Amino acid sequence: MAALTQRERLKIARQKMPEQDPVVRGGNFDEVALGFTEELARQEAERCLQCVIPHCVEGCPVGVLIPQFIRALRAGDMEEAVRVMKVKNSLPAICGRVCPQEVQCEQVCVLAKKGKPVAIGRLERFVGDYELAHRTCPLESKPKTGKRVAIVGSGPAGLTCAVDVAREGHEVVIFESLHVPGGVLTYGIPEFRLPKQVVNAEIEYAAECLGIDIRVDHVIGRIATLKELLSEFDAVFLGTGAGLPSFLRIPGINYNGVMSANEFLTRVNLMKGYLFPKYDTPVKVGKRVAVVGAGNVAMDAARCSLRLQVLRAQQDGSERGEVHIVYRRSRAEVPARAEEVHHAEEEGVIFDFLTNPTEILGDEHGNVVGMRCIRMELGELDASGRRRPVPIEGSEFEMAVDTVIFALGTSPNPLVFVDAEGLERSKWGTVVADPETGRATMPRVWAGGDVVTGAATVVSAMGAGKRAALDINAFLRGEVDPWA
Amino acid sequence: MYKILYKETLSDVNKLMVVEAPEVAAKARAGQFVIVRIDEHGERIPLTIADYDREAGTITIIFQEVGKTTMQMGTLHPGDSLATFTGPLGNPTEIEQYGTVVCVGGGVGIAPIYPIARALKEEGGNTVLSIIGARNESLLFWEDKMRAVSDELIVCTDDGSYGRKALVTEPLKELLEARKGEIRRVWAIGPAIMMKFVSLTTEPYHVPTIVSLNTIMIDGTGMCGGCRVLLDEGARFVCVDGPEFDGHKVDWGNLLARQQFYREEEQLAVREWEHHCRLDAVLEGGA
Repeated sequence: MAALTQRERLKIARQKMPEQDPVVRGGNFDEVALGFTEELARQEAERCLQCVIPHCVEGCPVGVLIPQFIRALRAGDMEEAVRVMKVKNSLPAICGRVCPQEVQCEQVCVLAKKGKPVAIGRLERFVGDYELAHRTCPLESKPKTGKRVAIVGSGPAGLTCAVDVAREGHEVVIFESLHVPGGVLTYGIPEFRLPKQVVNAEIEYAAECLGIDIRVDHVIGRIATLKELLSEFDAVFLGTGAGLPSFLRIPGINYNGVMSANEFLTRVNLMKGYLFPKYDTPVKVGKRVAVVGAGNVAMDAARCSLRLQVLRAQQDGSERGEVHIVYRRSRAEVPARAEEVHHAEEEGVIFDFLTNPTEILGDEHGNVVGMRCIRMELGELDASGRRRPVPIEGSEFEMAVDTVIFALGTSPNPLVFVDAEGLERSKWGTVVADPETGRATMPRVWAGGDVVTGAATVVSAMGAGKRAALDINAFLRGEVDPWA
Repeated sequence: MYKILYKETLSDVNKLMVVEAPEVAAKARAGQFVIVRIDEHGERIPLTIADYDREAGTITIIFQEVGKTTMQMGTLHPGDSLATFTGPLGNPTEIEQYGTVVCVGGGVGIAPIYPIARALKEEGGNTVLSIIGARNESLLFWEDKMRAVSDELIVCTDDGSYGRKALVTEPLKELLEARKGEIRRVWAIGPAIMMKFVSLTTEPYHVPTIVSLNTIMIDGTGMCGGCRVLLDEGARFVCVDGPEFDGHKVDWGNLLARQQFYREEEQLAVREWEHHCRLDAVLEGGA
């Protein structure tokens, strides 16, 4: 086929992602976005103008060579597309599914000016899925150096750092506290958005190729301390994430039926509670669920709640009930990915904006029966540059709810800081680390991802893991000694 | 995988297992717990460490068969393995030279009170008075072990089938009266309702009372918050802030209510398990 002209490329419509029907998917935990077919992927790839100065690459936190992989894809050379992808990103099947592309690569795509950027994320997923199925381009490591690196946490930051350090020939051991690796990819993000089979396959593949030793059931701070790791390893990277949930400081948070999004999602995703009693861990939602917060985690919790309600209704013929997102700001300030909000609304989640809970109400058995809320309005700009929500006097009202899920953000897991004097932390409990290199204040310790930034995105954690790996590799080559 | 090396039936429903977990054993201390998961489909449950042997690399756990997971665990044998055995978790007991102390263990709570009593004894400078109790004789165990680490041991049963016929709070109150001002600290481990009444018993005497709480939890590292308890000063996580707390500050009503949250699901799981066991028995019988 002769190459298209730029004008012809501009005429191709942005290809739609095939998705499960909203009504059908409300009753299952299968993946919503079904992925491009080869034909759709090729067609979408033809839209890329191959800019001389590709802004998309700058928009990517890990600097994926976007024009090059798209060029290979549309030439039909999948092996080359995979090879190019893996230069910068060893977990493309995951990133293609969960990155907020609309505020990264796709936002700065030259076609975004007309509102239809190249669907870079979906193409990335296509390449990632192809590789998981065909395994054309195993990751390779350089000859063994004899140096040893410990990675604490096997989420996006730790995994990315582990891969880039292992490629240099260093021996890598990852310590994971739960019984399966993946961190938030495993316990947090639901199956219908990121199938666990994809996560496991991507992690296993990388670990096998590079000989990375993943030790699950290892809670650092308890089974071994940071200081002990430093006596056994040449460098330590902390990618322990932000797992400690926040609860609103209002009365009633300990009634039965009030839980953190972390607990709820862990029951659903890690423990497969939606398959109870085939799996032993129960999870339950009532008829009227309120999810407090409007980030990606809140959307995940709301959409899982809705699915559990539908499954119950299908079983016992009862009414499904309702799931509400309760958010103190307005729609414009919603921090979740646009696609997640869209999917949640399509499935039937109800949004209550400018609403703030002030008290949770319980009955004599200690069960939640309602939530007292107050209406808010937007006032002056606050420190985050958003308009501050202010309570409207006299606007209190009661919502009848039987389940309240708090999705209000998280702070770093505390245990890793046991016996770690010299590791400086901020007043929010996050590790103080150089944003360019990930160096912490304690010698031979690096940190990155949510443990440094507080709850953020998968790909920003991957970017931090990558930058830290570069610096760790330079340190192990003897090129830099930041703490000398 | 973590291999079961030894199993002992302490009573109909109380089982003891010694599990191979050298890294956990190397760090375990009195008062800490492990999270156990039997297999791929299993849930994660916290179990207090009843004993550890650093040289042999083993942890001893004792559990009461009260739900599906513990019932299934009771059917495992030496040579079988557990999929998950994470620990040691929680903060160790603060062992110091206090003077005269009382250790109260009720039912399966006798298991975790033992290493605490032993550590207090080994620390020196402590007079350890212990009280152990259970509903009836068949639920008692480790009397000899407790006696060996205690200066004085009182054994009681609710129905009087062994030892003194009394709830543990009765001899406790007598000790508090008889040795007024002398008892420095009380530890109590057992069912929540027992720990509540032990705390109520000691409160008028202003004796610091440490309870070890066993709540619903998943990860055991501070992530899920399912284990949160209300204290005077606000909500705390049993897994990372505990498991030991000042019994006088615990909101017992809330704790007891929260233990009931998954009651229906727990009963369903037990019914399914028993059904499955009956089927197995029929199939084996027919073969």
